[in-house]
Amino acid sequence: MLVQLASMRDAYAEVLLELGQEDPRVVVLGADTSVSIKTSLFGDRYPDRFFNVGIAEANMMGIAAGLALAGKIPFVTTYAAFVPGKCLDQIRNAIAYPNLNVKIVSSHGGLTVGPDGASHQTIEDVATMRAVPRMHVVVPADAPSTKSLVAQACRTLGPFYIRLSRPSVPTIYSASKDVEVGKAKMLREGSDIGIIACGIMVNEAMEAAETLSKTGISAEVVDSHTVKPLDSETIVRVARKTGALVTAEEQNVIGGLGGAVAEAITESHPVPISRVGVRDTFGESGEHQELMVKYGLTSKEIARAAKQLIKSR
Amino acid sequence: MEEQSIPIGMLLQKAAKIRAHILEMVAEAKSGHPGGSLSAVEILVSLFFYKMRHDPKRPDWPDRDRFVLSKGHAAPVLYSTLAEAGYLPTSELKTLRKINSRLQGHPDHRVPGVEFPGGSLGIGLSAAIGMALAGKVDKKEYRVYALLGDGELDEGETWEAAMAAPKFKLDNLTAIVDRNGIQQDGLTEQIMPMEPVGYKWKAFNWHVLEVDGFDFRQVIDALEKAESMRNRPTVIIAHTIKGKGVSFMEWDPAYHGKAPDKDTVRKLVKTMLEE
Repeated sequence: MLVQLASMRDAYAEVLLELGQEDPRVVVLGADTSVSIKTSLFGDRYPDRFFNVGIAEANMMGIAAGLALAGKIPFVTTYAAFVPGKCLDQIRNAIAYPNLNVKIVSSHGGLTVGPDGASHQTIEDVATMRAVPRMHVVVPADAPSTKSLVAQACRTLGPFYIRLSRPSVPTIYSASKDVEVGKAKMLREGSDIGIIACGIMVNEAMEAAETLSKTGISAEVVDSHTVKPLDSETIVRVARKTGALVTAEEQNVIGGLGGAVAEAITESHPVPISRVGVRDTFGESGEHQELMVKYGLTSKEIARAAKQLIKSR
Repeated sequence: MEEQSIPIGMLLQKAAKIRAHILEMVAEAKSGHPGGSLSAVEILVSLFFYKMRHDPKRPDWPDRDRFVLSKGHAAPVLYSTLAEAGYLPTSELKTLRKINSRLQGHPDHRVPGVEFPGGSLGIGLSAAIGMALAGKVDKKEYRVYALLGDGELDEGETWEAAMAAPKFKLDNLTAIVDRNGIQQDGLTEQIMPMEPVGYKWKAFNWHVLEVDGFDFRQVIDALEKAESMRNRPTVIIAHTIKGKGVSFMEWDPAYHGKAPDKDTVRKLVKTMLEE
């Protein structure tokens, strides 16, 4: 099978151009990372609606709040290492508290930013943003779903945090209309184990399901791109059907998708759960594939976790 | 010519009423920040009762001038001014900081006339820049005013914002620094020396004006000069006194965040309104 790779930030830059044309309220802010993330393309097309504030993330968030208060739909973008890390106060007090229509899209999330090392690898942003009231948290799996989810965020009132990863990833969704904010997407049906994944780990989950099927294990795979509000209904349904869940994310296992899923099923239908992700440790320099292997962010790790859960049942 | 048309009597009256509201509401709440509210009274009165184009009946009027209280702990002066201007009933002021009230300890922008939820210091100037940028994009005439505390200038974000506003040539933005010289722990020049303040803003390419923050003519004259400045934002350093109008509060850092008792306030208010 031919695997098609596509970049999430290319998709983001593309959809921004479309949204910019569709809605004059759309403005874009950058913090000296716009060329790398390609939001500068928006700036080239709409120079009067693009603001590069320099390396000043806190100020960028505050400015975005002011723009939103004056009726704009600001898209604020830089590396996930700095957003929310350098500006959580501004996000909390100036954006989420007044429920402003600001869309925070961070790129280069997780470990797969690679050789830049731990200072630039974000493994706690999903957990952090999930804990902020009123914040939507979305982690797309591929380029087409990035486009669709960003466009939906633009049309949905309120603050969003959308987290993209750096590597080009295999395309999972054929048509962008396949995904809906707030609705987890069933990608593969199964009965022995449920795998709930987000971001680049969705592809790993699909590969794990394929591997598992060869050993006679039928795995259900769900893309829980919207980590908040979590589609608990779908996740509890998978828990009831399969009796055990593996979560997979490019984040610390504490507080992210794994945490959200554990909270949801513990309250309504407790089943054994295994969380695949970064095991509460910092990353290091390395190529993204090397890091994924070393830190257990692989289909192999998901399959191993699934088998172990089934064995101990 | 401008000066002749300034209704000083009316402004003085408003200021006295607002000072009384501030004292009464913090006494009723038994907490709050009277010191930095009292120092900013004439600044808000100059804006809301003279300079700003706004309409209490239409708080969402897209062309209104906007006032951002970045030093959000001075919420009592904002709520009192909004009440005197007709945005909310003055009777509501006594609900400050009480459960189920709109009047949160720090400004909540559900209250009509509150443009921004200032509170965590350092964000307001950035937000004001955002509003000013939107005004430029939309080719609107409105102006944006941001009131900053002097202690707030310790915050790094203030200087990120100070660097950004001249880049974007925001001549529709005026920042006002309430230079009362006191922050929570003591004198600003002891906690974190910030002089020469005016030179700092000048070095960041702002149009800088310094005024006596209790002199309506000086404050208003500076606001007018700010409006006629082209391609540059203006900062007005307003020299004030923390706790202004209450002799035992003036210059006392303790009254940054402490409420006087009701009996004392009753006597103070009586004298204030008689004057």
